[in-house]
Amino acid sequence: MMLRPATLPWFARHELRLAWRDFIAMISGGHRIRLVGFFAGGIGVYALLHLIAGSLIGPAVAAGIPDDKPTLAMVAGVGLLFFSVMLSQALEAVTRVYYARSDLDLILSSPASTRTLFAVRTGAVAFSTALLSALLASPIVNMLVVFAGPHWLWAYLVLPASSALSVAIAILLTIALFRLVGPKRTRLIAQILAAIIGAGFVIGMQAVAILSFDSYSRFAVFGSADFIAVLPGLDNWLWLPAKAVMGDGTAALVTALIGSAILAAVTAFSSLSYGQLAVAAAGVGQARGRLAKTKNLFLGRSSRDVLRRKEWRLLQRDPWLLSQTLMQMLYLLPPALLLWVNYGEGAGAFVVIVPVIVMAAGQLAGGLAWLALSGEDAYDLVTTAPVSAGQILRAKIEAVLAVVGVALLPLLLLLALNDWAIALVTCFCAVLSATSATAIQIWFRVPMRRAMFRRRQVASRAATISEALVSIMWAGTGALLAIFSWMALVPAVIALLVLGAARALSPKRG
Amino acid sequence: MSTPALAIRNLSKSFGRPVVIGLDLTISAGEFYALLGPNGAGKTTILRMVAGLLAPDTGTIEIFGIDVGAAPVAAKRLLAWVSDEPMVYDRLTPLEYLDFVAGLWQVEPSKARKEAESLLDLLGLTAHAHELCGGFSKGMLQKVALAGALIHDPRLIILDEPLTGLDAGSARQVKDVLLEKVAQGVTIIMTTHILEVAERMAQRIGVISSGKLVAEGTLAQLRSAIGRESTLEEIFLELVAPPPATP
Repeated sequence: MMLRPATLPWFARHELRLAWRDFIAMISGGHRIRLVGFFAGGIGVYALLHLIAGSLIGPAVAAGIPDDKPTLAMVAGVGLLFFSVMLSQALEAVTRVYYARSDLDLILSSPASTRTLFAVRTGAVAFSTALLSALLASPIVNMLVVFAGPHWLWAYLVLPASSALSVAIAILLTIALFRLVGPKRTRLIAQILAAIIGAGFVIGMQAVAILSFDSYSRFAVFGSADFIAVLPGLDNWLWLPAKAVMGDGTAALVTALIGSAILAAVTAFSSLSYGQLAVAAAGVGQARGRLAKTKNLFLGRSSRDVLRRKEWRLLQRDPWLLSQTLMQMLYLLPPALLLWVNYGEGAGAFVVIVPVIVMAAGQLAGGLAWLALSGEDAYDLVTTAPVSAGQILRAKIEAVLAVVGVALLPLLLLLALNDWAIALVTCFCAVLSATSATAIQIWFRVPMRRAMFRRRQVASRAATISEALVSIMWAGTGALLAIFSWMALVPAVIALLVLGAARALSPKRG
Repeated sequence: MSTPALAIRNLSKSFGRPVVIGLDLTISAGEFYALLGPNGAGKTTILRMVAGLLAPDTGTIEIFGIDVGAAPVAAKRLLAWVSDEPMVYDRLTPLEYLDFVAGLWQVEPSKARKEAESLLDLLGLTAHAHELCGGFSKGMLQKVALAGALIHDPRLIILDEPLTGLDAGSARQVKDVLLEKVAQGVTIIMTTHILEVAERMAQRIGVISSGKLVAEGTLAQLRSAIGRESTLEEIFLELVAPPPATP
């Protein structure tokens, strides 16, 4: 079909085509068989999720789902958790609408309307956010439809509404940041905000649960009588989204309408300044800030020390990475809080902390190891330096593990003050987790630009999956070791098997 | 006879298809050597093998008598590699970058700092010494990379398309620095598509086509090889022209 160039549908088709090709390339890596495998595997996992959802929802429906305030409070709470993740994703994606250059320079230099482009790109963000959340929520909704009736289909309308609202808020936040802190700092602060919003709500709920209800569950607060008592009556409009999720058709339609109207209004208003802000953002890369003279970091040291210090300096100066690291560290706050609250009151509560710290160690080490090993921007320079390959590798591993150690040390010390045995178990499993993640990154390293950090998973799905699996297994080992269960051997053996498989699958190096 | 700066014997490399085929090449110490060839001829692959960035399938490479395969670290001490894509960290300043390179090559600190300042001055980068490289133009990055290559006083410098993307002024600065280094006895091997640069700067020229060295010598020797008075461009085009199709 011929569309008039530079119109909204024309841009939409262009964006859709690029997004689709990107997606296919990411999944298949140029191999048709991988594509087939991905879809076959995807369908299998999707079916399995339906089975799990069915096994949980069937008995709940049989017991009856009451239409009362506590149920709505629980639904609203879960919805808010979901929304916080949506908002975090939207904020990150909207920042990219302003900052990602790729074809933006070409389009901005053309006579095409930047307002149209902005509308298409924010629409695309809302669409992809809704699609992803629909994929995640659909097993539960579909099982509710099967067990409790088709009126639950109305819940699907809440997803585009929430997505639209999250994108609208993200746009307003981004523009506010542009005005308040300028284009140079907007991206960094937006990314940190995205990390805090994504993890913050979950952590906040856990913190409230820990402080008020002596529980580690993020949902505990929603079920408490004190909390429900202060909530508004059921006739209040604030309950509309929760009612919509529970299959109220009118509430669903009103929610969808409100969400879409807010996004449309915000897009129309914000598109006026898009061209100007995108141009301002483009200037950031060219801006050359002058740094104060720094003390000598590299001269007169061993080559290994020089390499370690280089990694630390680059990490310290990379604001984007800082936000990514912050995300990992935020998840350590609830265990820290739990330690603080329960200080001196026995070891029972601390067992739940062990897997969180072990998992964080693995994830942090994996990300940092990718940066140090694969994301080496001056690969040729380091390789041609008169330093042996083994020394280079050792220096980089030391740089990574030292950062992980510094990040975890305060928690481990606090834990040791409470219960040295659990601290020892945590330390042991955290070292295993971090070392395993680093080893996987060594086996699968492929030189890439540091800026490709976001897409590092694309380079090797085998590395990503095995890294996550191994971290989970060491976390499980830690949790079981902390209660002195011999069952700890099971996840430990699985972790070793996954490591073996990753080694076998890794590309051979000549 | 003194030890050659670079001695390549029977070098081959294949990436599914042969890229370098049985190459023999000897470059004397203190020589400025230009390696020419069409796109995909194998120039960069040869230089990457010399720099230790690629392992050859067969053959040996010696830098001032040191076998790159047997003693890579010792060989690298004498060598500097400058690629067409500048290898510079966005989040280091030029001065920090030079300190880093000097640290890797274990240059004595007081000498390194003095040399860094002198190189930045020579390449017109002093005013930018404390700015992050992330905002630099391609030309400025290329100059920072070149300064990095020079700071450890290498005896052999390998440059892959060093003048690509440089403005006339920057290109002149780079050429002057390279000629000065040759005058000091440093050996330079450079690939370039700018034939005029090769014609003016190089003492000897090698032409690579389809992974083989098809001609080598001074400009006068190349002219006599094709049997008439020609420009380097004409000689080059004749040497790398594909054979006429058989009917």
